[in-house]
Amino acid sequence: MAGKAQPKLLEVRDLRTYFHTFAGTVRAVNGVSFDIAAGEVMGLVGESGGGKSVVGFSILGLIDSPGKIEGGEIRLNGEDLVKAGEARLREIRGREISMVFQDPMTSLNPLHSIGRQMDEVLRLHSDLDVKTRHAACVEMLENVGISRAEERLKAYPHQFSGGMRQRVVIAIALLARPRLIIADEPTTALDVTIQSQILKLMRRQIAKKGASMILVTHDLAVVSEMANHITVLYCGNVVERGRTRELIEAPAHPYTRGLIDSIPDLSNRHERLQQIPGTVPDIRNLPKGCNFRDRCPRAQALCGEVEPSLTAQRGSLSAACHFPLRPGKRA
Amino acid sequence: MFGYLLKRMIQMSLVLWVVSVIVFLMMSFTGDPVFMVVPIDATDAEIAQARRILGLDQSVLVQYWRFISSLVQGDFGNSYVFRQPALKLILERLPATVEMVLVAMALALVVAIPLGVYAGANPNSRISRIIMAGSLLGISLPGFWVGMVLIFLFAVHWGIFPSSGRGDTVEIFGLRISLLTADGWRHIILPALTLSLATMAILLRMTRAGMMEVGRQDFMKFARAKGATRRDVLYKHGLKNALIPVITIFGLQLGDLIAFATITETIFSWPGMGKLLIDSIYRADRPVIVVYLMLVALIFVVINFLVDIVYTLIDPRIALK
Repeated sequence: MAGKAQPKLLEVRDLRTYFHTFAGTVRAVNGVSFDIAAGEVMGLVGESGGGKSVVGFSILGLIDSPGKIEGGEIRLNGEDLVKAGEARLREIRGREISMVFQDPMTSLNPLHSIGRQMDEVLRLHSDLDVKTRHAACVEMLENVGISRAEERLKAYPHQFSGGMRQRVVIAIALLARPRLIIADEPTTALDVTIQSQILKLMRRQIAKKGASMILVTHDLAVVSEMANHITVLYCGNVVERGRTRELIEAPAHPYTRGLIDSIPDLSNRHERLQQIPGTVPDIRNLPKGCNFRDRCPRAQALCGEVEPSLTAQRGSLSAACHFPLRPGKRA
Repeated sequence: MFGYLLKRMIQMSLVLWVVSVIVFLMMSFTGDPVFMVVPIDATDAEIAQARRILGLDQSVLVQYWRFISSLVQGDFGNSYVFRQPALKLILERLPATVEMVLVAMALALVVAIPLGVYAGANPNSRISRIIMAGSLLGISLPGFWVGMVLIFLFAVHWGIFPSSGRGDTVEIFGLRISLLTADGWRHIILPALTLSLATMAILLRMTRAGMMEVGRQDFMKFARAKGATRRDVLYKHGLKNALIPVITIFGLQLGDLIAFATITETIFSWPGMGKLLIDSIYRADRPVIVVYLMLVALIFVVINFLVDIVYTLIDPRIALK
């Protein structure tokens, strides 16, 4: 586990990314802050529409119109990426920060060979000659568990299965030895049997390269295996964060509790699967006070008046809740 | 590969045979060409003799047999009007038409692809709106009107380009080529531009539609996440994926322009095939019309074949079967 003394690789401060649509402004990310130290894996967790992916794309400066980063700072080793120009961002993309997408079936270009798509990263981010680049691609493809790499480089994506393609995507993401990898639901589109293989592969490769990772997912089971820290997002806000173990075992925020309770527990077959009542509120038109109060079993009058801010709780946990949970007590 | 080629050749011959039957039947039931050959005051005996010389006294089946058997030997008969081999007449004029069409298609591509990519990548920008409005004009304005306006402006008003004819030519391998002389280029600009506008507009709209669709794909964002430049993302990743429908239309338009550039050739007095076709139709010069139509069918069949080959070069998922 990463110690506190380690320098911060990435610091996100009060990030706000809005989408200006005809139907109104969607505050997809509304004041999110977190830190990642070198070598650390952070889980970014929340329901669909919680703004998780938008955080990832904001860091890489890949927010397209009508979306826009409205404020905040994204500091990579102290350099603010929000203020960086497109040319500087292009240097950073793939070289310093790379990304693994959710659906491997669509994230590779169907008309370019695997080799060409891998080589592109090295061509963009290194001065290596053709031979060295080729050797690096072969080695990386072997590292992600693809045999006969030499001839597989000539193959096209449609000749690969989903799991193989995600291995290729991971190989591309690791190729230029980036310091941070943003993995956006990297296993959601894969078969369950392939999922754990891919996760193990990512964990091994990231540890080997000493890189950090932001693992964006809705699946708490996946992050609990992979992450040192977890940040829970709800309606574009951080509602809770802390060390993985503490957060999973005894969360302070009722929303996190709800997420954990909705993981099926196979050892207890008689208990009905818990779910969080209601749905995510319309993010264009958020109510006053706490965004979660309509779905929260602990909500009181205060929750409808004042929006709770992120405050320190037990141990490493911080939560944005007026009435946080105490250990051992169920919501 | 060899099996594929063989299959394609058989298919192509079959198409050409069907076309030959249709063309022959059409010709047999439209007008009596004998009156185009004999003098107005010819006697019945003279008419009958002319009929016999031309082979028009035989049954339709015998005529078709003669037609098809000489056709496969490369003999398309003599023009009734010029009393020369019909094929030779057309081949003499083919280079002029092909030249004009190639310049027109090149012009269409050079303009349509970059503008289409731009309009597809920035669908909401003001420039894109102007481009799209322009393309709508290009599709809507009739060629003969555009041709006349261009002549009025560039030939009559400003006197920059000549209004008609082909200019100087150079003979290479027996073909008269005007693209190798400056004067030839001056002559070809206006007709080629007239001919290209509609195709340009169609290709532009196809490119834009393709780019808009491709732009939503994950691999475009993934390419950006790798650090590729916007230009590389659009042209190397995007355009290639948007190209298949554009090439299909390109092939069809290419054939269409070679076959039916008639109106433009007439406006600019361009000595191409189209003008010969019109003249031959007026004079019921059957052999010329037949060769023309057969040649057009052949051109379409060959272009389609080439387009299919190009598909496989672009998309590894398309195989020659």
